Amino acid sequence: MTDMAIAAPVAGRSFWGDAWARLKSNKAAMVSLFYLAFMAIVCVVGPSFVPHEYTTIYADYVRTPPSLSAYPKADMIESALRDAVKRMRVDIDEWHQDGDRVYVTVNSSKPVDERSTRYLDRSDTFHDTRIETKSDDGLKMTMSASVKQQYFLFGTDNTGRDLLARTLMAGRISMAIGLLAGIVAVAIGVIYGSVAGFTGGKTDEVMMRIVDVLYSLPFIFFVIMLVVFFGRNFVLMFLAVGAVLWLDMARIVRGQALSLRRQEYVQAAEALGVKRSGILQRHIVPNLLGVVVIYMTLLVPQVIILESFLSFLGLGVQEPMTSWGVLISTGAKNIGTANWLLLFPAVFLVSTLFALNFVGDGLRDALDPKDR
Amino acid sequence: MLLYVFRRLLTAIPTLFVIVTLAFFLIRVAPGGPFNQERGLSPVIKANLEAQFGLNDPLWQQYLNYLNNLLHGNFGPSYNMPDFTVGELFAKGLPISIQLGTSALTLALLVGSILGVIAALNQNKTADYGVIALATAGSTIPTFVIAPIIQLVFGLTWKMLPIGGWGDGALVNKVGPVLTLALPQIAIVARLMRGSMIESLRSHHIRTARALGLSEWSVVVKHALRGALLPIISYAGPAAAALLTGSIIVETIFAIPGVGRYFVDAALNRDYTLVMGTVVVIALFTIVFNLIVDLLYAVVDPRVRYD
Repeated sequence: MTDMAIAAPVAGRSFWGDAWARLKSNKAAMVSLFYLAFMAIVCVVGPSFVPHEYTTIYADYVRTPPSLSAYPKADMIESALRDAVKRMRVDIDEWHQDGDRVYVTVNSSKPVDERSTRYLDRSDTFHDTRIETKSDDGLKMTMSASVKQQYFLFGTDNTGRDLLARTLMAGRISMAIGLLAGIVAVAIGVIYGSVAGFTGGKTDEVMMRIVDVLYSLPFIFFVIMLVVFFGRNFVLMFLAVGAVLWLDMARIVRGQALSLRRQEYVQAAEALGVKRSGILQRHIVPNLLGVVVIYMTLLVPQVIILESFLSFLGLGVQEPMTSWGVLISTGAKNIGTANWLLLFPAVFLVSTLFALNFVGDGLRDALDPKDR
Repeated sequence: MLLYVFRRLLTAIPTLFVIVTLAFFLIRVAPGGPFNQERGLSPVIKANLEAQFGLNDPLWQQYLNYLNNLLHGNFGPSYNMPDFTVGELFAKGLPISIQLGTSALTLALLVGSILGVIAALNQNKTADYGVIALATAGSTIPTFVIAPIIQLVFGLTWKMLPIGGWGDGALVNKVGPVLTLALPQIAIVARLMRGSMIESLRSHHIRTARALGLSEWSVVVKHALRGALLPIISYAGPAAAALLTGSIIVETIFAIPGVGRYFVDAALNRDYTLVMGTVVVIALFTIVFNLIVDLLYAVVDPRVRYD
């Protein structure tokens, strides 16, 4: 029996191989993982495929409801046309549409300036304006312009910016901030916690008292103080937010480090004369890594919510840059007249948070050594 | 027991002192001051104002003054709302926030516990999955999404509730804010209750109770529930402190004149005394509710004694 085991060692699954197998069998987590990847790709690549810039203002399309068909709608052409003609300071005689071109005849008491066609070009609805005919005295002119077809799948906001482009851009910012602050928090927490846990004794005592004191201050107080200090520079601010969120991580890692030090296999390795770096590599890091990965997936949604919360209060990301929190905040103020401003960003934010939670839960099940 | 309460309150004093000291110096280190407005005051007026509020004194003296006033129950004047003292602001807003918070907490504890017990009794059945789904949704969807959706559905579409406002505490005005405050708490309580109830149902004394032929009702409500309550109680303490001191999101969205807004507004306006007042109030609530939790422990679990 023993001989056989030596002759043909069973290929054991590694810690990570095992965890991956468990994760793969968790449907909710896998679907969420794909969803997150999809969301990340859409938000990173998407804005360059959307025909509108997230900052472009379409004055003719303020608060346009979302629609799968192209704008302008039939009744919008007339009002846009009348607006443009009014700016030319001439009167409209007659207008009709022929195919995708609009023909308009105008008259004035003074000769019509040919340069006034630019008013039509300038509007968001028309382009390619041409002068068709002009009466000899110059008081009457017929122009034609083709109608610009535009899609606003998610509608537009209060200033006439495309919500689809803005939602995707916001996703970029929100997710980047979540990752950034998450990494900062995890890095500080892991270093602080493992130093405290491995050094032990007085150092540990003092370091953990500091954490306790920081804990006792209301969390929101810290965040507001950071806003006060760092002002509106959001990259700096979220580095700082990450620097606040490390407290939990430090506690968890310290506890883990303390208990790992006393494990029999670590003591056995010590007794066998394995070097400290060897023990760290073989036993400590893999055991800590699981906890860190789990905590990180739970931290990212927390940071995203925090960012949205701050942006909601007007303290986070500043216009024209945007984030899901900024969009939801605008949406919440306009629910009566333009509910799509709330619905689309909210769906994006909530679905991402859901997915992150499911992945976190899945990872916990997959990596938790106690569960084996 | 009384001695224990007394001892706990005594040990709270150094904690409170550390918090007050930290907060005092942190807000003072922040750039700007209460009278740095966008349209600047004339330097003479500003100097007079600062002199009147003692802001020109050395920082340590201001600190000692503040501590002295605090010990006499005086929170000082508000710099940005000059007609009110900080004490008056809290006397006005705190009852409102407490009303909303208590209602939300009661609702959350009741509904959450019931849902949790139902889920635990039907483990891995449809009812259980329903509760889990609800709990996941409740704890994932942020308040600032729930609140406008409640306004949209109940206020604008069905016209059952007012969109916002306090309306002198009319019941309809409270429904929206209380629901928004309670939903995430319901989710957490239900999840906690489910877990601890499943564990409690597995314990030996429950098996004994079943073996003795007690009715299912008696087993669940009298015996299992009691053991399962402990995690709920320890969660409810900090949750109560947070809920009763107001939520800025809910109070902003529903236009409620509570104390939730004070902290953020005061910190941004460098209204030092109001910031400090809020920190002290939150700390006091936290300390008191943690004490209540520990005392309730002794009531629920006879093994815990404070003698």
